[in-house]
Amino acid sequence: MSEIFGIPIQAFMGQLMLGLVNGSFYAMLSLGLAVIFGMLNIINFAHGALYMAGAMLAWMGLNYFGIGYWWSLLLAPLGVGVIGIFIERSMLQWLYKLDHLYGLLLTFGLALILEGLFRDLYGVSGLPYSIPEEFAGAYNLGFMFLPKYRAWVILASLVVCLATWFVIEKTRLGAYLRAATENPKLTQAFGINVPLMVMLTYGFGVALAGFAGVLAAPAMQVSPLMGSNLIIVVFAVVVIGGMGSILGSIVTGLGLGVIEGLTKVFYPEASSTVVFIIMAIVLLVRPAGLFGREK
Amino acid sequence: MKRNLMGALVGAAVMSLATGQALAQKAPAAKVSGDMVKIGVLTDMSGVYSDLGGQGSVTAAQMAIDDFKAQAKPSWKIELVYADHQNKADVGSNKAREWYDTQGVDMITDALNSGVALAVSKVTLEKKRLLIDTGAASTRLTNEDCSPNTVHYVYDTYALANGPVSVMIKQGNDTWYFLTADYAFGHSLEKDATDVIKANGGKILGGVRHPLNASDFSSFLLQAQSSKAKVVALANAGGDTINSIKAANEFGLTRNQSVVGLLTTIIDIHAVGPQATQGMMFTEGFYWNLNAETREWSRRFFGKHKKMPSMLHAGTYSAVMTYLKAVQATGTDEADAVMKHLKSTTINDMFAKGGKIRADGRMIHDMYLVEVKKPAESKEPWDYYHIRKVIPASEAFQPMSLSRCPLVKK
Amino acid sequence: MNRQVIGYGILLAFMLVAPLLVYPVLVMKILCFALFACAFNLLVGFTGLLSFGHAVFLGTAGYVAGHSIKVWGFPPELGLIAAALAAAALGWVIGSLAIRRSGIYFAMITLALAQMMYFFFLQAPFTGGEDGLQDVPRGKLLGFIDLADDVNLYYFVLAIFVFAFWLIHRTIHSPFGQVLKAIRENEARAISLGYDVAKYKLLAFVLSAGLAGLAGATKTLVFRFATLTDAHWHTSGEVVLMTLLGGMGTVFGPVVGAATIVTLQNELADKVGSLVTVIMGAIFVVCVLAFRRGIVGELGALYKRVIGSR
Repeated sequence: MSEIFGIPIQAFMGQLMLGLVNGSFYAMLSLGLAVIFGMLNIINFAHGALYMAGAMLAWMGLNYFGIGYWWSLLLAPLGVGVIGIFIERSMLQWLYKLDHLYGLLLTFGLALILEGLFRDLYGVSGLPYSIPEEFAGAYNLGFMFLPKYRAWVILASLVVCLATWFVIEKTRLGAYLRAATENPKLTQAFGINVPLMVMLTYGFGVALAGFAGVLAAPAMQVSPLMGSNLIIVVFAVVVIGGMGSILGSIVTGLGLGVIEGLTKVFYPEASSTVVFIIMAIVLLVRPAGLFGREK
Repeated sequence: MKRNLMGALVGAAVMSLATGQALAQKAPAAKVSGDMVKIGVLTDMSGVYSDLGGQGSVTAAQMAIDDFKAQAKPSWKIELVYADHQNKADVGSNKAREWYDTQGVDMITDALNSGVALAVSKVTLEKKRLLIDTGAASTRLTNEDCSPNTVHYVYDTYALANGPVSVMIKQGNDTWYFLTADYAFGHSLEKDATDVIKANGGKILGGVRHPLNASDFSSFLLQAQSSKAKVVALANAGGDTINSIKAANEFGLTRNQSVVGLLTTIIDIHAVGPQATQGMMFTEGFYWNLNAETREWSRRFFGKHKKMPSMLHAGTYSAVMTYLKAVQATGTDEADAVMKHLKSTTINDMFAKGGKIRADGRMIHDMYLVEVKKPAESKEPWDYYHIRKVIPASEAFQPMSLSRCPLVKK
Repeated sequence: MNRQVIGYGILLAFMLVAPLLVYPVLVMKILCFALFACAFNLLVGFTGLLSFGHAVFLGTAGYVAGHSIKVWGFPPELGLIAAALAAAALGWVIGSLAIRRSGIYFAMITLALAQMMYFFFLQAPFTGGEDGLQDVPRGKLLGFIDLADDVNLYYFVLAIFVFAFWLIHRTIHSPFGQVLKAIRENEARAISLGYDVAKYKLLAFVLSAGLAGLAGATKTLVFRFATLTDAHWHTSGEVVLMTLLGGMGTVFGPVVGAATIVTLQNELADKVGSLVTVIMGAIFVVCVLAFRRGIVGELGALYKRVIGSR
């Protein structure tokens, strides 16, 4: 059996694939964070909890209402989006005039509430969510074993991320959004309903997180803690990428997932800290982030 | 300026509040009143081990108290308290300390999670109470960290490793790879299993450690797969074991390699299902379907808990019952006197026949090497085991001659 | 000025008799977290820097104290000092990196670096990982005062707290403290006035880290072990909540906040289980939306209104 750098090639490719899967989640979540930060100037600490909520909604949908995976892919993000709009209208909008840090604190509190509620209801160990029939099993490619479901995850994430990029950069709606971000007052003066844009942006950003949650449900355990473990790594990804460009967030997320996967192959002990180490280095060399613009 | 004064006065007010609360919970002095025996069940109520112990242990302890009151009609009161240690050694240790200091708890039981158990054992020694641990696994409790105030009741990592490993090696499964929970329990189980493997001429090709309650086992199982070991040994428990087995099936690992859950209980088999676990062999401490006595007790337990008991549940019942009998026999709940009595009695109930507590605190009783039935062989729900071998008490546990416990005279 | 002294005096007298009335371990826990919150407040309330990873100092000092006392045989006083210095040193490293960005980025960087240290602690053998560093002996203070006695330890902890609180009080009311407040109010103007703002920020960060470390080391002595929980980001969030609830930027606010939260957790943990987290979150939300000045801040404002309306 052939080896690459002394590691069996199957293990190497396997970890690389897992790294791409993780990277897809990093990309989707950091994309949502970047979009929200761009419009609202708020770092949404609740992003991880809303990702978890998406997975939970999918699980609840299946176990209480018999709603299958494909419907959940549509309904759960919608549900999370609605929750997001509620949060924005009832709480976030009062904070725009204040120091940005209050937004962080509020969303942190919301994350605690969401996590605590689900923990109380479902405990801490994972809830099982089976892989949909269509994706059961794996492709045996010889040099690696590619579980069908994880291949789907990578594909779906890429499609959604690129679609988001397209909408924001290439469509009229996206142009309004970008204008509202740059200069809300002037954009409002042009007759565009800026508060509505803001509300929809937050809703969309968290819906992205919810979508990621549904994608994650069959692959990992649906657990109330799944978001909090992830969100801090995503923060580091965001600092590394800078929040200047959509493509930048996507590339950084995927890239860091792959780097993490490779670290697991060669030096597993460091795999949980490698993203943070890279963040420290980037901060020393290029504080605005790889793709960032100094605000 | 004024704000600081305001702050100081508010601080005083809050302190008074705290006083009021704490006064309300300050209990009678540490020297126990002979009229009240308080037992504490310190367990994982909502986490990865909550099905192994958790609410079931509380139910079992309460059953023991009720049964004891009915048969012995003691003159003193018995009270049960319980708490969730969340699998954190500091939460467990602080709760034990608080129970001993302010609530007059005399004995703590369950205490699953070896990290918690080790911490609680130290506090118990410091406060001169009793810990009858029915939940934890690490052999450290009766070796390096043994204590005159601690009894290790149900099972330990030596007994777990002893059962299946030698049998499997004799069948030709001689290369092993470990997937280990990265804390006291996992390390202990891996070490004890390694000793047995080496003693039987097997080889260990490697291992990987995972955090407790890991969310994703795929990466670890990939490494196990690429090691090409004949056996992948799971040195973990509860939810971790369940998820490892499921993931192993998902990645097709089970096609070419055997998976052994070194600590598996009937609860785990029920959660994963006999389809995915048939043929697995491991050591168990209790089986509800063993004989008429176990069936009778287990059905009573099932009526309250809606699930069949794990060995922890059955052991907790036995431990509490044995403890209460000892208190009655000695007429006191003072730890040294009760412990002396405990180490001199023989335990005969539905959990253990001829059970004895040794000088190092280890309770020895028969263990069972079980094999999971094929789905077709299972006649009713929970009918999962063939009992392949009864391992007698004298063989199941680490012999005293090998003990690293300072209490044991050599 | 007199009223302040009287107020502090009453409180001190109360604290001196507290072990007779209240479970000493609980009060010691409150004192440790109060110190932690006061140290944190130095950074967020007075310098305007929100660090979201402050638990790393609590945890690092806890492990250093535990290890030095248990394994190297340090006497408790030296263990505490070593731990506080270690935390301060770590504060210098993290602070230097984090200060390169400001505002929200600063918060995210401190969080990420703290998380990195958390993973380091998880794997380093000397910390005991998930099991924690257990069975730390309390030792004898100055060679003869046996700290295994809860009451003896209590007075030692109280002394540490009073000393550290006095230090913070002096810092806030010194010229150095004035510059920090200036940075919080308007950093650009402070720079234009010629102050080396980065240096002041770093110094405040190191001081805050060292005192937080002192709190962590003391806590290790009280509970006799150090665990991962001390360095977990939930603890970082808790200290933010304590300070916010008590009143950011007030001297006594963090103490009130810490006492409230610790007492609340103590009372509720058994009764409501996981819902404690929900309650913490709800308090956060309410504080941010409607109660930004915190208990002490609001009471102070109320007092001024009442006095002013006479």
